[in-house]
Amino acid sequence: MGVKVLAAMSGGVDSAVAAARAVEAGHEVVGVHLALSRMPGTLRTGARGCCTIEDSMDARRVADMLGIAFYVWDFSERFAKDVVQDFIDEYSEGRTPNPCMRCNQHIKFQAVLERGLALGFDAIATGHYASVIEGPQGKELHRAATWAKDQSYVLGVLTTEQLEHCYFPLAETPSKDEVRAEAAQRGFIVANKPDSHDICFIPDGDTRGWLADRVGEKHGPVLTSDGELVGSHQGAHAFTVGQRKGLQLGYPAADGKPRYVLEVRPKTNEVIVGPKEALAISELAGSAMSFAGADPVESGLAGAAPDDHGFGCEAFECHVQVRAHADPVPAQARVQSGELVVRLHEPLLGVAPGQSAVIYVGTRVLGQCTIDRTVSALQGAPLG
Amino acid sequence: MSLYLDYQATSPMPPEVREVYLDALAGVGNPSSIHQAGQRQRAILEDARERIAGVLGCEPLEVIFTSGGTEAINTALKGAIWAAKRARGADSPTTIVSTRAEHHATLDALAWLVSQEGTDVAWVPVDSEGVIDTDSLEVILSDHPATVVTTLLANNEVGSLQPIEEIVRVSSESRALVHVDAIAALGYIPVDFASLGVTAMSVSAHKVGGPVGVGALVLSRGAPELSALVHGGDQQRVRSGTLDVAGVVAFAAALELRERTRRDQSESLRSVRDALLAQLSVAVPEIQVRGSRVSRLPGNLHITIPGCEGDVLLYLLDQEGVHVSTGSACQAGVPEPSHVLLAMGMSEEDARGALRFSLGYHTSLEDVARVAALFPGVVEGARRAGMASGR
Repeated sequence: MGVKVLAAMSGGVDSAVAAARAVEAGHEVVGVHLALSRMPGTLRTGARGCCTIEDSMDARRVADMLGIAFYVWDFSERFAKDVVQDFIDEYSEGRTPNPCMRCNQHIKFQAVLERGLALGFDAIATGHYASVIEGPQGKELHRAATWAKDQSYVLGVLTTEQLEHCYFPLAETPSKDEVRAEAAQRGFIVANKPDSHDICFIPDGDTRGWLADRVGEKHGPVLTSDGELVGSHQGAHAFTVGQRKGLQLGYPAADGKPRYVLEVRPKTNEVIVGPKEALAISELAGSAMSFAGADPVESGLAGAAPDDHGFGCEAFECHVQVRAHADPVPAQARVQSGELVVRLHEPLLGVAPGQSAVIYVGTRVLGQCTIDRTVSALQGAPLG
Repeated sequence: MSLYLDYQATSPMPPEVREVYLDALAGVGNPSSIHQAGQRQRAILEDARERIAGVLGCEPLEVIFTSGGTEAINTALKGAIWAAKRARGADSPTTIVSTRAEHHATLDALAWLVSQEGTDVAWVPVDSEGVIDTDSLEVILSDHPATVVTTLLANNEVGSLQPIEEIVRVSSESRALVHVDAIAALGYIPVDFASLGVTAMSVSAHKVGGPVGVGALVLSRGAPELSALVHGGDQQRVRSGTLDVAGVVAFAAALELRERTRRDQSESLRSVRDALLAQLSVAVPEIQVRGSRVSRLPGNLHITIPGCEGDVLLYLLDQEGVHVSTGSACQAGVPEPSHVLLAMGMSEEDARGALRFSLGYHTSLEDVARVAALFPGVVEGARRAGMASGR
């Protein structure tokens, strides 16, 4: 039996086909396009963004073809506060945020979903490639059928309550080509629209320049971990852990090997560099965590170990993924002292505070944390 | 069933107007051509122009057809500024006196003149009902040599009527061109160019049941010639482009029909609107009427509802088949907080909860009862949604 579905339509091909499939599945569907910018551009430029008036028109034309009502919902204020300002603040703190995850966390699956539920909708449908399946302890979030298109990482921030109302009609689609072919067959004008990538609110893709305009430039030193001055920079916010390009170091390393950003210290405006090996970490941890569905204890993965901070659990085997397109690596996770602590079985390179660590057990997304701190694999000493 | 309550956005074309329009579309000949086919079309056009002038209380010569209200306003404002510069020198100062509660067609044209022509704009305050403060206007005009004074006849959002006689009286000594935007007023209150005493007046056909894409600037024969917006043949005094015979004929038919309806039914329209207000107030006592309660368009009801977002209210009513407006301009479907309400001194937050019902002459008491029955649920839903999304 059909339910009331709110189809979030960005104007892209994925959400268009997702909405079409929701209609075909017999649901009562209403399309919404989210206005996230107060000053939207008129036309799309290049392959970036999903927030121009042209994108809104594309979404509207698809809704017209599907014969569903369509509205534009203005979440520009929330977006400015929870995503854009958060992005600036995080970089200012020397961290590397993922704005798409913040948008999923605070806008799409929180503000929009909550408004939708209040207006009588049962679910929100998006064009994400991920699966929601019914597990023994309730809804579970899993990777999409095809690994290459899988977007479960950016959905790692979903909470149990949000997952209850998520509907991803593209979950089982084997390839993007198939989605495009389906869109073409349905006559959607967006069938061949380029994928959006990069950060939607930085339309020219120049993140460093964009940040410099907002944070301001401030000269500071580039140092080795031993405190040796090896260069200067125009603002620590422009650097991210693991970065090699754009350091413009005047003094080559003694061994002649390239150097990487190991740490960004915004308070002292210092950028710390060192050899590639020094990037390796053996542990990461963060206190801002969430579980998508049953937690590790409810899932029978680990014994309960509550402490002064509330929820806690013993260590369990898992995989951790730290970037949207990174490979997952084997690890052991536990919740202790209010932190999700992940010990890696093999070192990972270039993990920055601010990134999200998403925990997988098989194909299932268990949950995530925003990384607060990492431990170097070299000295066993904390970094960042 | 669908209930249309957005007549101020556009008004449906009555069947008899549509018939006249379709017949006129069959005619052949450019009214500016010399041959007899052209002459016949010209005659049809001029007949229509005379009929429109008859209703508007002006001379046929004073009617300049445009592509709509927006072009009429832009022609009046830019044309007057350019004409003043042509007469007095490109660097001579120009000033327009207006209010911040005007339609965007005026506000955006003014912004363009400020940035491109260096025109000064002197803003006259409006009161909490959106009505121009004529004492301030008088003071401003005594300080500024105004090139143009421009104001609405009736506010398109909150429906308040402007004291136009007073505005004209106060402006008379300034030698300014006085333009009035009568687009929202036409068809709902008497609009007589001669008795208004203004120099220029903009009107639009589709607000009175005529076709979209047709409007007129009424420009007094005694006014200085304006400079044209676009050039290409000067088919009319200040406007180029092939004349739209069928559009003008349909405008004439719609305007005459609407004028008869207005004379007979404006009181009943007002009483249906008042019934809507009375029933909504019983259903949700917190609603607040915006705009003047006494001197306003008979079909307009503009309210704000504390704790609600206008676009959510609109959505919920739309889902029930009731089509209304938040009243304010949209950017890609997103209503902005109304600049009219802000000009009236409201906060952005209060301005967000705005809803405009604009009734037509066919709106019935049954329609009113239907809206009133839905209203408590809609407001409750909007409040829930407002709390949920944290705004």
